[in-house]
Amino acid sequence: MSIDKTKAPVDSPAAAADAVTAIDPRLLVREQGFAGYIGEFKRKMRAGDLGAMPVVVGLIVIVAIFQSLDSAFLSAQYLSTIFVAMVATGMMAVGIIFVLLLGEIDLSIGSVSGVSGAIMAVMTVTHGMNEWLAIATSLVGGAAMGAIHGFFFARIGAPAFAVTLAGLLFWNGFMLQLLGSNGTINIDSDGVVGQLTTYYFSDVAAAYGLAVVAVAGYFLSAYFGAKRREAAGIPSRPLSEIILRTVLLAVAVFGVAIIFNQYKGLPLAVLLFAIVLVGSDFLLRRTAYGRKIFALGGSVEASRRAGINVTAIRVSVFAIAGLFAAVGGLFWASKIAAANQSAGAGDLLMNVIAAAVIGGTSLFGGRGRTWNALLGVLVITSIQYGLALLGIATPIQYMITGGVLLATVCIDSITRKTQKSAGRA
Amino acid sequence: MVHVSATPVLALRGVSKRFGAVQALTDVELEVHAGEVVALVGDNGAGKSTLVKTIAGVHPIDDGVIEWEGKKVAVNKPHDAQDLGIATVYQDLALCDNIDVVGNLFLGRELRRRGVLDEVEMERRSRELLQTLSIRIPSVRIPVASLSGGQRQVVAIARSLLGEPKLVILDEPTAALGVEQTAQVLDLVERLRERGHAVILISHNMADVKAVADKVAVLRLGRNNGVFEVKSTSQEEIISAITGATENAVTRRAARSNAEAQK
Repeated sequence: MSIDKTKAPVDSPAAAADAVTAIDPRLLVREQGFAGYIGEFKRKMRAGDLGAMPVVVGLIVIVAIFQSLDSAFLSAQYLSTIFVAMVATGMMAVGIIFVLLLGEIDLSIGSVSGVSGAIMAVMTVTHGMNEWLAIATSLVGGAAMGAIHGFFFARIGAPAFAVTLAGLLFWNGFMLQLLGSNGTINIDSDGVVGQLTTYYFSDVAAAYGLAVVAVAGYFLSAYFGAKRREAAGIPSRPLSEIILRTVLLAVAVFGVAIIFNQYKGLPLAVLLFAIVLVGSDFLLRRTAYGRKIFALGGSVEASRRAGINVTAIRVSVFAIAGLFAAVGGLFWASKIAAANQSAGAGDLLMNVIAAAVIGGTSLFGGRGRTWNALLGVLVITSIQYGLALLGIATPIQYMITGGVLLATVCIDSITRKTQKSAGRA
Repeated sequence: MVHVSATPVLALRGVSKRFGAVQALTDVELEVHAGEVVALVGDNGAGKSTLVKTIAGVHPIDDGVIEWEGKKVAVNKPHDAQDLGIATVYQDLALCDNIDVVGNLFLGRELRRRGVLDEVEMERRSRELLQTLSIRIPSVRIPVASLSGGQRQVVAIARSLLGEPKLVILDEPTAALGVEQTAQVLDLVERLRERGHAVILISHNMADVKAVADKVAVLRLGRNNGVFEVKSTSQEEIISAITGATENAVTRRAARSNAEAQK
């Protein structure tokens, strides 16, 4: 018998006092200073908590290979092109990360993005509608299409895989119907949509200004966050760590800004993508809504018992995926200056899912951040443009991208196993 | 022993519940006072879970009365029970593995500051709560997946206490736990009593029941089969009430043969 009621001192105040403050001896606590960081880093690697490491290493390897094969790869012009080209896929990847966090999948986003481009083109070109209104219509349309998938999944209970597979076919047919017999509608490349991927802020102050805002914003929020935690008497990040992180961020951000300014300046598309990344990350990690999405990815039953409206969250998440698919569709239409029958087809869907997964979003739900979309889409687009630069044909491109995706999924599964054995799944 | 109030926090009077052809509960009586741990025991299928679910509002009762602090109340949905101040910790833990301890404690009732999650305040309150309950966990910022079974159970119980409930229902809290972890949970149950919560503890484990409960209510085949003071009752008496040793095939046969012998 483990507890003897007569002997055990019930609620002894001495035990209560040191309950949480006394750190469990089994818990490894990071030592202070930079030696501590290295120790923790090694431990995390061993525990399978790889974070963004494999992607960053992979990206460096990819860039190094292409640069050694063709020195034009690292030119300011080519890098700027890659950054602009990745935005369409990246926007859609942000949307699918929301769905992947639930542990579900959305196969329809390619087709939905095609419909969105077609709606915009038909309304502006064929019917002469105001372009902003047409954009709003296609975005609302995308969200509505996503919500329809969400309804059949969450309310009717059909598997998301099957529902969105049906959506893939249905919306592709819908797009072909909208485009009509001639199949291609060219859009005004000087219009709002046309400028999405062609406009650059040529003033060097734009790129540098954005970089300063990003670095200062990060530092201030981290600094005041730590101050507030300190005031509340809970563990906080030391100033040295905040400064180290800020410096690393500054190196990356200013490096990219310098590259942009050597070509045409800060691309509008990249600015919009950055805003979407910051906004969606905020939504997922700093709001109650985002917490509910993570909870559903962890345990549906626990979420339901905690009073979370499971159906509403699921429908809204699919609507978000549809919305971002529509955004991606507009960028796609902008890139090719037209809405055509091949929009949203081919390897687009696979690239979007690959970008999310390569970035580190788990296919098993509950794990991932929208920043994963940035890293993943950088990898995918670098491979595509690098191979194109070397004049390697599409069939080989597909095979290489497929291989990279397989490797990533394997890394995801293996780290999950390692994490389980390290108790961090 | 802490002061036990005269009016029970919760009283069931003649509660009955049918599922189709099955009479799951028949005229069940139960009283729980503040600062009292009542163990609810019985064999599989005796109606323990059904009874708990009627209190928690999952299954509305068919007949009888539920009294809350002396007043008759209607408990028709889980929300009604929560509003009264009844917190239920179910057997299968209702925690999300991928979210940290703070996130799980506040899941579904996150604190906000200008519309944004107030992580600082939530973490501070979590530490405070765990500290007052003397709960030892490595860190409040690690995912629940890395906690042991006992630690998860105490987190689940602590979570139910955030709403300051008057009555806490624990459905087999020690079922899957080891010796040390069982002790942690039982410690926690005693602390709940010290804090003046009324506790209903469902358990199959007689040792646990003897260790922490004040009273034992026995259910058998959906009916009351005695309420015992733990201190003055032996384990054998409780077990015979659970198994119906006083009324079973053996005793019936003995009674029959006795009656025949007397003819």
